[in-house]
Amino acid sequence: MDSQDGKATPELKHQGAGRWLQKEMMSDYYRALSEAPEKGEPVAYLFISGNVGELMRAFGFHVCFPEVNALQCGIKHISPQYLLRSEDAGYSADVCGYVKNDIGLLLSGNKTPFAHVPPPSLLVCNYAGCTTYIKWWEALAEYYGCPIFVLDSPYNRLEHIRREDIDYVVGQLKELIAVCEQVTGRRFDIDRLRETLALARQAEELWVKILHACKHSPSPLDAYFEAVFLMAPIYTLRGTPQSVQYFQAVLQEIEERLAYGLGPVPQERFRIVMEGPPPWPKFRTFWEMFKGWGAVTVASTYSKVGGLWDVTGRYHDPDHPLESIAEYTLNCYVNWSLPRRRQLLLDYARDYSADGIVIHSVKSCRSFAAGEADFREEFSKELDIPTLLIESDLIDPRYFSDAQMKNRIDAFFESLEHRKYVAARAASLPSPNREGGGGEVQIRAD
Amino acid sequence: MDLEAVLETCREMFQDPTFAAVRRWKAAHPGRKAIGCFPVYVPEEIIHAAGMLPVSLFGGGNMIEIDHADSRIQSFICSISRSTLELGLTGRLDVFDGLVFPSICDVARNLSGVWQRNFPHQLSFYIHFAQNIYSVNAVPYLRSEYDRLRQALEELGGMPITEEALRHSIAVYNENRALLRQLYDLKRRSPEKVSMAETYTLVRAGGLMPKEEHNALLRQVLPALEARQARPMDRIRVVLDGAFCEQPPIEVIMGIEQAGCYILDDDFAVGRRWLEAPVALDGEAADALTALARAFIRHSLPSPVRYDGPRVRTQRFLEKCQALQVDGVLFVWAKFCDPAQFDYVLLKDALDRAHIPHLAIEFEEKMSVFELVRSQVETFVESILFYS
Repeated sequence: MDSQDGKATPELKHQGAGRWLQKEMMSDYYRALSEAPEKGEPVAYLFISGNVGELMRAFGFHVCFPEVNALQCGIKHISPQYLLRSEDAGYSADVCGYVKNDIGLLLSGNKTPFAHVPPPSLLVCNYAGCTTYIKWWEALAEYYGCPIFVLDSPYNRLEHIRREDIDYVVGQLKELIAVCEQVTGRRFDIDRLRETLALARQAEELWVKILHACKHSPSPLDAYFEAVFLMAPIYTLRGTPQSVQYFQAVLQEIEERLAYGLGPVPQERFRIVMEGPPPWPKFRTFWEMFKGWGAVTVASTYSKVGGLWDVTGRYHDPDHPLESIAEYTLNCYVNWSLPRRRQLLLDYARDYSADGIVIHSVKSCRSFAAGEADFREEFSKELDIPTLLIESDLIDPRYFSDAQMKNRIDAFFESLEHRKYVAARAASLPSPNREGGGGEVQIRAD
Repeated sequence: MDLEAVLETCREMFQDPTFAAVRRWKAAHPGRKAIGCFPVYVPEEIIHAAGMLPVSLFGGGNMIEIDHADSRIQSFICSISRSTLELGLTGRLDVFDGLVFPSICDVARNLSGVWQRNFPHQLSFYIHFAQNIYSVNAVPYLRSEYDRLRQALEELGGMPITEEALRHSIAVYNENRALLRQLYDLKRRSPEKVSMAETYTLVRAGGLMPKEEHNALLRQVLPALEARQARPMDRIRVVLDGAFCEQPPIEVIMGIEQAGCYILDDDFAVGRRWLEAPVALDGEAADALTALARAFIRHSLPSPVRYDGPRVRTQRFLEKCQALQVDGVLFVWAKFCDPAQFDYVLLKDALDRAHIPHLAIEFEEKMSVFELVRSQVETFVESILFYS
C-alpha cells in the first residue's frame, strides 16, 4: 500500500480494526438479544433516531432496533421474501420497506441467519422525525399485544428548540420511567443512568472526532459508505464500555490513515456531500459507482440520523440526565425542519470543501425524501452547487436499476470533472484509473 | 329555497382552483386576511377569532395541470402535496396571507418547509399536535402550540386575539359541527334523501366561506333535504375510510353510489367535523385555548393521522361499523398515502375477524377514468346482495 505522497509502504497497525470489531460487537449484540427470552430478560424495541437506549439499559432492558434488523436483511439480500410476505398480508407496494421487512419477518417467525429476534416486553416509540414510526409501532402493538409508550418528540419547526419542547419530553421521560418500573419490577436508579450517559458521551465525542477528520484532504474516511457501517455501535450499543473501546480503536485507525495520507480511494478526485439513506441491498454496487470516479464522501446526513453531535455539540450529560436525553431526542437529522436541513447541507459543503452534493432519494422514506427535490432546485439552479438527485430505495431492490443509476452518476461526474479539472485547465492531472500516487485502504462493504 | 341551485353553487365553489369565493370575501372586507389550512386538524377557531377567514385547502384535484411542482416533489410522493405546491407556484394561492400545516404526516410536515423557501412572503406555520395523548402534559403542551399560532396571527393581523373572541368563535364552530352532525344523522337515517356526493359538496363548500354563512346555509338546507320525497333503493350500506386528506375526484364518490351503495359514514375532509363532542367551555379554569387543546386530545375522531393508543382505532372502527349495521366497508385512499395504507392492514384484519366484507380502492387526484372503480364496486355490491 502506498501513501498519496509516494512514501514507502508503512507498517500499518490499525487498518481494518474498526470493521473487524464492528462485526464482532454486532454479532455479540445479536447473540445476547437472541438469548434474552430464555434468560427471562426484558427487551425494549426502540427506534434509532433519538433513541432512549441509555434509559432502557439503566433498567436492564436489551434494546432491539427493528430498523437495524431490516437493514441487516437488506445488506444480506434476504429482504425480498419479507417484503413479499407483508405485501401478502395487505401492505401496499408503496409503503415503507423497513416496516414491511419487519412485519414480514415477524409473520415468518422472526428467525434470521443473524438473530432470532425476541418479542418485545415494551414498545417504546421514540418517533423523532418520522410519523411512520407511529404506524409501525401501532401495528407491532396489535401483533404482539404488549405495552406501548409513544414518546412524542416535537418537530424542530423553528430555528431553535423551544424550552416547552424539552420540558414536554422530560415530562414524558418521567412517565416512561414509571412504565419501565412496572414492566421490569425494578426501581429506577439514577446513578446507573448517569454511568450509561457518561459512557455514551465518551463514545459520541470519539465519533465526532472521527467524522471531523474528513475535513482533511485527502479525506481519511468515506463519511457515507464507511461511516454508515462504522456508526452501528453509536446507536445499538451506546452507553456500554465496549462502545467506547470500539470508537477508540476506530479513531486510531483513522489517525493512522491521516498520518500516512491514506484514504478510501487510491486518488481522491472529488469530494461530495451525501444526503439520504443508502440502498442497502445494492450497497457495494452503489459504492463502486462513486469509487470509479475517485469520489469520496466527506460528510453525509444519513450518518446523523441518530445524532447531530458534530454540529450541535450537545452530548448526553450525566449531570443533566433527562434534559440531555430530551435534547438529544429532539436533535436528530430528520427531526430538523427543512430550512435547517438545507442549511446543514450547505454548511457541510463549505466546511468540508465539497465539489458537489449527491441526494439519494428513497421511496420508502418520505421523511427524508419530501423536500429533497426542492433542495436540488435551489442548490443547482440558484446557488450553482453541482447537485445530483437520484432515486431508489433503502431496502427494496426492485427500485434499484443498476444501468440507470450508473448512467446518472457517470453523467454527474463527467460534468463535475469538466468543471473542476478541464475548465480549470488542470488537464495535466491524472485520470481516475491511472496507476501510481495514492494509497487505498481495503474495505469491503458486505 | 331552490335546493338544487344551492348545491350547484356549492359545487362550483369547491371545484374552483382560483379561489374566487375567497377573493370576493377579501374584496368585500378590505384589510382582512385569509389563511389557508392544510388538512386535517387545524384549529380554525383561532384564525376565525383573529377576524381572518380560515380556508380549507385540499390540493388542486383534477382541476389543474402540474407544470412546475414536478421538479420539486418526487413522483413517489402523494399528489396533494404536488398539486398544492402547483397552486402556489402558479399564483393561485396569492390570495392567502398565510398557510397552516398540521403535523399529520411527514409529507405535510416537509411541505411546510418547502413553502417557507418558495413563498417567503407568506406566513407558513407548522403546528405540532401532541401524539402522546396519555401524558398529563399533552393538553398544556398543545395549548402552548395553539398559543404560538395565536401570537403569529396577532402579529400578522396587528391586533390582539381576545379570550372573548376565541369563545365566540368556538361557539360558532360548535354550531357548525352540530349542524354537520345533523346532516350526517339524516344521511344515516334516510340515506335515500341525501346522497354522499351532495353531503360532500355541502361540507367542502363550508371550508371556503365564513362559518356564520355556512351555518345559515345548513339551517336552510337541512329541512329542505328532510322534506325530500325519495324511495329507498336496493343498495348496500357501507362506510368509507381512508380519504381524510387528499380527496378523490367527486366522480369516484358518485360512481360508488351509482354502483349500489349507501354511504353512511366517511372520513372525507374529516377536519371539518373532527370532534365527537362540542368544544367544552365549561369551568372557570379552562381558557379557550385549553378548551381547544383538550378537545383535540380527548374528543377528536380517530383517524390514521392521530395516535389514539394501542388497538383503539381498530376497536372503534369496528364498533362504528357494527352500530351502523353496515354490509361492507370501502377503503378509499390516495396513492402514496402512508397513513391510510398502514391503517388498512389492521382495519381489514379486524373486519375479517368480524366477517364484514371490504374492498380497497386506490385513487389519484388526476385520475380521469372511473369505469374501473365503478365495476369494482358493482362486483362487490353484487357479491353482498346475492351471495351473503
